[in-house]
Amino acid sequence: MPTTDVLVRADGLRKSYGSPRRPVPVLDGVDLTLHRGEVLALLGPNGAGKTTTVRILATLLRPDGGTATVAGHDVVRDAARVRGLISLTGQHAAVDEKQSGRENLTMMGRLAHLPRRTARDRVDGLLDAFDLAGAADRRVGTYSGGMRRRLDLAAGLLTRPQVMFLDEPTTGLDPRSRQTMWGVIRDVVADGTSLFLTTQYLEEADQLADRVALIDDGRVVAEGSPADLKRRVGDASIELTFASADDAAVVGSAGEGAEALGPASTPAARRSVRDQGSTTLRVPTDGSVAHVRDVLAAVAATGVEPVRWEVREPTLDDVFLTLTGHAARTRDPDDRASQPGERTGPTDHGEAAA
Amino acid sequence: MTAQTLAAPSGGPAPRPALAPRPVRHVLTDAGTMVARSLRLVRRDPDELILGLVLPVMLMILFVYVFGGAMAVGTDYVTYATPGIILLCAGYGASNTAIAVEQDMSGGIMDRFRSMPIASSTVLVGHVVASVLKNLVTTAVVLGVALLIGFRPDAGVLEWLGTVGVVAAYVLAITSVAAFVGVLVRSPAAAGGFGFFMLFLPYVSSAFVPPQTMPSWLRGFAEHQPVTPVIETLRGLLVGLDSSGAPVGDLGPTAALALAWCAGIVLVFLGAAACVFARRRRQ
Repeated sequence: MPTTDVLVRADGLRKSYGSPRRPVPVLDGVDLTLHRGEVLALLGPNGAGKTTTVRILATLLRPDGGTATVAGHDVVRDAARVRGLISLTGQHAAVDEKQSGRENLTMMGRLAHLPRRTARDRVDGLLDAFDLAGAADRRVGTYSGGMRRRLDLAAGLLTRPQVMFLDEPTTGLDPRSRQTMWGVIRDVVADGTSLFLTTQYLEEADQLADRVALIDDGRVVAEGSPADLKRRVGDASIELTFASADDAAVVGSAGEGAEALGPASTPAARRSVRDQGSTTLRVPTDGSVAHVRDVLAAVAATGVEPVRWEVREPTLDDVFLTLTGHAARTRDPDDRASQPGERTGPTDHGEAAA
Repeated sequence: MTAQTLAAPSGGPAPRPALAPRPVRHVLTDAGTMVARSLRLVRRDPDELILGLVLPVMLMILFVYVFGGAMAVGTDYVTYATPGIILLCAGYGASNTAIAVEQDMSGGIMDRFRSMPIASSTVLVGHVVASVLKNLVTTAVVLGVALLIGFRPDAGVLEWLGTVGVVAAYVLAITSVAAFVGVLVRSPAAAGGFGFFMLFLPYVSSAFVPPQTMPSWLRGFAEHQPVTPVIETLRGLLVGLDSSGAPVGDLGPTAALALAWCAGIVLVFLGAAACVFARRRRQ
């Protein structure tokens, strides 16, 4: 649990890619701290700078500006020392498909210079703990995505690192594998390893992290416990889909008058209420029957019938909309910034759309 | 699955990483670990097995039985072409090394190696050493097939040792080029394209036809490119003949030239590979 013992500190990290003449800024002054024993989630869409931040902290990249330390050692000047304290599990599987799970782990044990016997015991222990003992001698090429991720995680734990960096540990996994992965990660944390993880999923940050840092356009824009962030976003929202944008506009502009749409009159929430597509409205809700009933009654009072409605848990998009005033931007059009079914492209919310 | 199992699978305390940078002797153990890794990857790649074991047979049949009848080189064609086929097969083997290096560079595993307190360049050492060992096995297969179909070397023990040494030097040289290509390019296709070029070189040398039969402009290239002295050295060592079919006199200068070429190529390209490797790490 958080103490005052700072393990990882980043101060004003800046990094640009591209040519020196036309640099593309990725990090624009990132400040972060991870305390010993803590789990910090860096939450943001693709292109926000999550991976770049992790790569700098894990000594793979040099920052253009700013400094970062792990246990007091500078990640640039004392890179070799830092490497002895950390482990990194990146987005791309860092295991050999043509080796078995056991062979992969044994190789990592050799590279960590563990005595042969110690390495063998440690490998067996990790295979058991990560539920891979049955597949230990099969080639990794035959593993499922979830098994591969677990093996990847285990490979980072041969020597007990003081801090583990996990870059999007469950992206691309099915819900069940994700649950398993969360369980494994919790065990690692319970074991005393401090954890720095990045994620695009608010739910994941909520499940795993003591503290969440929201990163947007290369800057940390909000920080707090998952509960803090969710309080600022609203626990959930009622999503109303209308037959046309005009219908949505009628209901949306009734916001300030209608009692049940009351939360919609605060500036932050109004942005949430505004459309996600042109025909969709969102109203923050606590999810209680009473509130949902009131909202639906207020909608009915406008004389416009939605074609569909549902109660949704807050998503990364909601967090961004609320805390930054714009939708989660993603730089890579091929990558989705949040869960399927949501609009993730740049959206201009300059003026009241409703 | 409990915290206990993670912390202490054997009942004792889990190992702690050393705080100080690794001592030099660890670099050697790390290189050994990487060599073992690369060899395992080679053994388990069906492409590698086909290239290493089937290709020598096919090439031998192609050259000796398909082309051989039409060749007048002053001796049995199998005797003339065997050194060339050894180098050709080594070229194929090395081009696979370029692909293996490229895959490591672009895959996640390089990030892991680089975030560990090891010299991550030992990955390259692993691939290069594995390539040399792999190609020596292939060379043995080529020679085995050659012997079966009539190749009759008159080499003594020293000549055989020399042959192994020259083949190893040549393989080391083209593998260095392959490692450089592997760290330089950004796609497996580009790494594979390297093989095409490497395979072309032995044809324009004294490997399969005497350069004297080539037009003068091509002959100039053929006689002065690195493959020719290597071929002439191998031919001299194995059967005591030169490219015109005459008994070879003093092999020393040719052998020295061949080894100088190989050493130069190794120095230039391994050096370049190390530079590019370091640059890609910092970007």
